[in-house]
Amino acid sequence: MIRTRLTSQRLAFLFLLGCIFFNYPLLSIFNKSGSFLGMPPLFAWLMGSWVVLIALMAFVVERTRD
Amino acid sequence: MLQGWVIVLASFLYLGVLFAIAWYADHRSDHGRSLIASPLVYALSLGVYCTTWTFYGSVGRAAANGIGFLPIYLGPTLLFALGGFILYRMIRIAKANRITSIADFVASRYGKSQLLGGLVTVIAVVGVIPYIALQLKAVSNSFTILGNYPEIVMPAAVGAVPLFQDSALYVAMILAAFTILFGTRHLDATERHEGMVAAIAVESVVKLVAFLAVGAFVVWGMHDGVGDIFARAAAVPEVATRLDRADAPAAYGSWGTLIFLSLFASLLLPRQFQIAVVENVDATHLNRAVWLFPLYLFLINLFVLPVALAGLMHFPPGTVDADTFVLTLPMAHQQETLALFVFIGGLSAATGMVIVETIALSTMVCNDLVMPLLLRMPWLGLAAKADLSGLLLEIRRWAIAIILGLGYLYFRVAGEAYALVSIGLISFAAVAQFAPVVLGGIFWKGGTRDGAVAGLAAGFVLWAYTLLLPSFAKSGWLPEGFIAHGLFGIELLRPQQLFGLGGLDEITHCLVWSLLANLGGYIGISLLRVPNAREARQATLFVGGADVAGHSMWGGSAGVGDLLPLAARFLGRERAEEAFQRHARSRGLRAIDELPADARLVNFAENQLAGAIGSASARVMVASVVKEEPLGIDEVMNILDEASQVRAYSRELEEKSQELTRATAELRDANERLRELDRMKDDFISTVTHELRTPLTSIRAFSEMLHEDPKTDLEQRTKFLGIIVSETVRLSRLINQILDLAKLESGRAEWTVTAIDVDEVIHEAADSLTALFAEKRVTLDLSGLDKGLTVMADRDRLMQVMVNLLSNALKFVPADSGMVRVGAEGTASEVRVSVGDNGPGIHADDHEVIFDKFRQGSGGTDVLTDKPQGTGLGLPISRQIIEYFNGRLWVESAPGAGARFLFTLPRQAGDNDKKTGGGT
Repeated sequence: MIRTRLTSQRLAFLFLLGCIFFNYPLLSIFNKSGSFLGMPPLFAWLMGSWVVLIALMAFVVERTRD
Repeated sequence: MLQGWVIVLASFLYLGVLFAIAWYADHRSDHGRSLIASPLVYALSLGVYCTTWTFYGSVGRAAANGIGFLPIYLGPTLLFALGGFILYRMIRIAKANRITSIADFVASRYGKSQLLGGLVTVIAVVGVIPYIALQLKAVSNSFTILGNYPEIVMPAAVGAVPLFQDSALYVAMILAAFTILFGTRHLDATERHEGMVAAIAVESVVKLVAFLAVGAFVVWGMHDGVGDIFARAAAVPEVATRLDRADAPAAYGSWGTLIFLSLFASLLLPRQFQIAVVENVDATHLNRAVWLFPLYLFLINLFVLPVALAGLMHFPPGTVDADTFVLTLPMAHQQETLALFVFIGGLSAATGMVIVETIALSTMVCNDLVMPLLLRMPWLGLAAKADLSGLLLEIRRWAIAIILGLGYLYFRVAGEAYALVSIGLISFAAVAQFAPVVLGGIFWKGGTRDGAVAGLAAGFVLWAYTLLLPSFAKSGWLPEGFIAHGLFGIELLRPQQLFGLGGLDEITHCLVWSLLANLGGYIGISLLRVPNAREARQATLFVGGADVAGHSMWGGSAGVGDLLPLAARFLGRERAEEAFQRHARSRGLRAIDELPADARLVNFAENQLAGAIGSASARVMVASVVKEEPLGIDEVMNILDEASQVRAYSRELEEKSQELTRATAELRDANERLRELDRMKDDFISTVTHELRTPLTSIRAFSEMLHEDPKTDLEQRTKFLGIIVSETVRLSRLINQILDLAKLESGRAEWTVTAIDVDEVIHEAADSLTALFAEKRVTLDLSGLDKGLTVMADRDRLMQVMVNLLSNALKFVPADSGMVRVGAEGTASEVRVSVGDNGPGIHADDHEVIFDKFRQGSGGTDVLTDKPQGTGLGLPISRQIIEYFNGRLWVESAPGAGARFLFTLPRQAGDNDKKTGGGT
């Protein structure tokens, strides 16, 4: 449940993780030409880390459902 | 097949279906079987965040600068990661305080300020109008483009159209009518619209499927997958620049700004607040929405970049507006059905936004702007009217129409100068002004109404100056020089480089200045004074919001008829009736039936149940019979006040009961002591009786012998009579001592306290016993006496002690070789007297026992039999006397080494200098 403090704190941790994933300077690592799985590295990184973040949020929330 | 009438017919069919869904959901809701009470519907309805901005504009944004469209969706994802801290809290607060809009929320937080509610409403309306204009522009553009099929004609190329041929006007009118039908059919106290939410959820599905269909067509129909598109794009130089952003750090700054901005917008936009907070059925739905809504955003963005790249590669540069690629790509490939579906998807994105936004705004305009003003006009006589619901609905309908009218006006004035996304960002920056007062309001208790007004006003003015007015200027409605040279030609006042701040994009520039002023005003002005009582109470409710909401407080009511049987089920009929009777009497009522069905009664019943089945279960049970209504703020305050009074009473009660416990303990101790004394008295009497009987028996025996045999010879007779006399003496001494002891113990003894020379008293005592010592040939040594020691005491009593100690010593020393040594010495504070002997000594175990009554230490034999040598009361009496004068009496001895009795008495100050006489 989102009401439990631990779950809220885990989500807040993911918030901080997302802030780092989606911002400078981490972005500058991928901000270059090239190709990763047929996609530009920056695009691949953003979409990939975004979906991973959503999966982690789902994991945190659903696992502690009671 | 795509003639104008087909498009119009499809549009109306779609809107009709939506209306049917809404009607059905309302119908279900009225019958208590809510259609929207699920986390999935909640998450889908949150998808109202994705408007035509997303549906058409994202592709345009991506075509212009690659992944620049993404921050708008990353921000809300991050917000939902903070769901537990912000959203959950706001939902609980809104439910507990019957909040119906974001204006209501802010006004309520800062002491129910009407001024603040009005200000928030004005900012929201002005701020959101460009956003509504964006929807009108997108729908009318898509209609124009689709209507020209199979040609692909840009609306801008069509040129200015007369007012009554402008499709945007008709779109605005239709949307207004549709929204009025949706949102203002009837009045709901909680401002919840189940039918609308259901329709919005369906719209979210439609636009998502439509966009995914276009994406799939572009990626797999036109190309060989995503990799193919990227590979081809990389080969075209002018397209390839969109793939990577070789930007300066400043671009990362504006990227971060957009994430931050969209984070707040997804919470503070009136429609987002409406859906996420006001329309929330159950706060626990947020659990799953935390990841479902971000997932929705992820899916709708999946194909944006590929579609944008495909559009750029397919159409010659500059011929087709990138904002229309979603529609024009299927059209260019003769996909009529898909193109129509895309148009419907865009329509659903627009209608969803417009419906929720205008309903939310009309509620705010009505409740926080128009009604407070109308009620202040006494000549209207509104306050006296019994039913205002008709008027309320009328105001809201007009508000919806006017808001859409303003949206259309903005579209005509400024719409063509901007791309879709740029228009939307103006609105985002406006609602970001709510962030300080809303977030500050739920986390900081120090905010005041003045601070909130100052912050909002400053932020709003700066937003208008740096973002809204330039948008007019760019459209030619204000002089061009306004942007280039500043207000009145003052360079420092250039709206997009205010005070010379350059190097930022216009959104970041606006946010820097407006939020700086906003935060500064809010915090600075708030800190000028402490919050007044009303603000402080609201602050407690909002900042401690979740706790308050979880507190056992009932806003609903239930009668005795419901509550009494419920209580009787758990407490038993008799007890329950007795308790209710008591409650009725405490409220000055005679009978249970007279109890009003109010919150106090419900609270009482819950408390009664809580005692029996625990507070959590009690709440559930009471909830089963109580029709709970959300609490008004005043009611909550009253309840809180009452609760604190009750707490004060219970504290008093607790103190009283602690006092009682202490008193009980003291009583118990006293009783214990009494019992002990009683037992001791019994022992004493039986011992005394025994002691008295021994000499009496002896006297009686010898008297009888003399009486029965008158011929006893003289020698014998003399001997017998001698025994009788000595036993009588002993008997009278015993009785005297018992009386003495009784007097001492009862405190009735008479004391004559004077200054006494110790040396003199000892000598006198010794003199009185000289004969006895001589008779037993025992040496009495008085050489260890210091002269001039004076104590305050009773002379006779002290004499008694000395005689007692000396005769005691005499009794135990052997005849002929006996030796008794008396000493007296003074220390600074006391006089110490000792009486030592060379008798058999006393075992250490007996050192205290000998001071007990009728106990004598005599070489271990039982003291009470076998020729007692004393009464056994001398030492206890002596000790009583010495202790009366604050002294101590004790013995130092070991078996075979003689005994030494010592006592101390406090010394009289300066006794050595005083010439004291020993007399009384």
